[in-house]
Amino acid sequence: MITYIKILIDSPEFLAQLIINGLLVGAIFALIAYGLALIWGVMDIINFAQGEMVIFGGYITYTLFYQFGIHPILTIPIVAVLLFVFGLFIYKTVIYRLLGEKDIFITILATFGLAILMQQLMQAIFGPDIVTANPELGMQFLFDGALIISNIQLVSFIIAVFVAIVLFVVMKYSRLGQTIRATSQNPRAARILGINIDRVYANTFAINAALCGIGGSLVVMIWAIHPFIGLVYTFRSFFIVILAGLGNFMGIIFTGMGISAFENVTGFIIGAEFQAAVIFCLLVIILITRSIRARKKRQYIQ
Amino acid sequence: MITKDKQNTLIWLGLAISAIVPFLFPNHITLLTYIWVMIILALTWDMLGGQTGYTSFGNILFLGVGMYVSAVVQRDMFSSGLDRFERVSEIVVNLNASEYFISLAVGTLSGAIVAVLLAVILGSGILGMRGHYFAICTLGLGHAAAEIASGIDYIGAGSGMVTPLYPRELLIGKEAFYYYAFLLVAVATFFLFRKIYQSQFGLALNAIRDNENKAESMGIHTTQYKIAGWSISAFFLAIAGAGIGNVIGFIDPVEIAFSGPTFGVWMIIMAILGGKGTIWGPVLGAVILYSAKETFWTYLLGWDKVALGLLILIVVVYFPKGILGYFKDRKQLNNSILSQKGEG
Repeated sequence: MITYIKILIDSPEFLAQLIINGLLVGAIFALIAYGLALIWGVMDIINFAQGEMVIFGGYITYTLFYQFGIHPILTIPIVAVLLFVFGLFIYKTVIYRLLGEKDIFITILATFGLAILMQQLMQAIFGPDIVTANPELGMQFLFDGALIISNIQLVSFIIAVFVAIVLFVVMKYSRLGQTIRATSQNPRAARILGINIDRVYANTFAINAALCGIGGSLVVMIWAIHPFIGLVYTFRSFFIVILAGLGNFMGIIFTGMGISAFENVTGFIIGAEFQAAVIFCLLVIILITRSIRARKKRQYIQ
Repeated sequence: MITKDKQNTLIWLGLAISAIVPFLFPNHITLLTYIWVMIILALTWDMLGGQTGYTSFGNILFLGVGMYVSAVVQRDMFSSGLDRFERVSEIVVNLNASEYFISLAVGTLSGAIVAVLLAVILGSGILGMRGHYFAICTLGLGHAAAEIASGIDYIGAGSGMVTPLYPRELLIGKEAFYYYAFLLVAVATFFLFRKIYQSQFGLALNAIRDNENKAESMGIHTTQYKIAGWSISAFFLAIAGAGIGNVIGFIDPVEIAFSGPTFGVWMIIMAILGGKGTIWGPVLGAVILYSAKETFWTYLLGWDKVALGLLILIVVVYFPKGILGYFKDRKQLNNSILSQKGEG
């Protein structure tokens, strides 16, 4: 462990490499986390199946690439539309029935069940193997080869930023975005003013699913996926949202990129196999410190 | 209405049948053992998940900890010094009968103690949170533990370790021994939990479920009660874990010890299916789910786990109160109709 730290100190260009890689892919995590923050803020639901939706999007890209020969980058709009419809379907069949539920654990359990169902379905349909859909775009050598950036990371960063800008504009200026924001501020008042809350919720959940799908397409191009890796993405999005706070768009993007860079560096120092455990332990530590701080004021975090 | 006396008679009758069942189906003793295991899992989950309404996704942690601590104690207690050149996952310890049972007892107990300590330490941090944050915090416990266990060479890392072989030439075989052991633990858990739920402690747990803020303002230290409840669960879960490790004969971090998709999910779904927050619900759910799983799920081939996921979704969305909750609601409805008729 100490030797790895020494390597990083001795060769700053390597550290820079790790951080830049982290920042580039961090935009993808930020997208996924933004979807979670959206449904958390608007519907007060946390989605344990977030990561599974990401993996599902990845599998769609993979299938379109290998079965139909569509270039992975071109599959992204298809995946977004398919996952949007999938989100609507899940909303109508599962989430819609739980909205009036006072016991929040019921909704959490439902998304937990959904996560397990999706894991097992994906394993049954796509098999348990690790798959990837790398479009082989080559590398970018900067500063005489001191920095190596693979083009796919660059492309996915650009796509993620593009999606984020579209999302920002939609949320800020379109009628849909206005109704979503109004509902999140006060559902009752929004309903009185003639907003169809049910449709807003359905759209919000579907947008979240579409964001997860886009994230998944990018993930399967950069790394590899298998049916049971979704939990890591779920944790990451929780982590980002909890650190940045709900409804803080820029905060989520920067936190996502920062966490990803941090993760890359710690992953190098203590070994990539502990990466998920590190994210989780950090998440728990942060929440516990917040909880202790709240307890001093006779409050609790909820 | 089943009176208390009748209920007790039924319990004793059931126990008498359970005691002779191994002689009737000698080929299925392991399957029957698992029913008792499942009852323990469901009962312990219900302590927090049902009685206080805190749905914990991380109880599997204690099962795995009990399993590992017990296995390490059993391995190292009488065989002095590990050969460092040997691969840990291939070490098989041969013990004679007295050594085996002593190490099993000591191992199980130390596993339970470690699990309780862990529950107190983790609980004092995590159980202070409520709602979404509590769920998030518990979700990853088992997963993180599995990853950490996969990195420790002393316990065989990712390839796991083997529990000691059951000594031969004994009056009672391995299957029968563990059947009765689990029967005993399950019955002890049941009666203890029933006693707890009837006591003031149980009332405090239910008060937390009904309205935690009010409970707190009435002077109940809710966090301490939750920690105590979780520790009791952890104690019995760890005992069950130590037993499971020995029944299977092999421990591995992802598939067995901290296995979210099997034990971790089963304990939740069984308690909810039967009816959470009741003493009989988890028992009923465990028996129904496990027998259903063993009888016809094998015919589903690769789709059995898909069916499990679907089952969770259906139960949670459509029958969140479970079987017992459904009958309770119906009875209340009938009573209210009857009383209205009486008034009219």
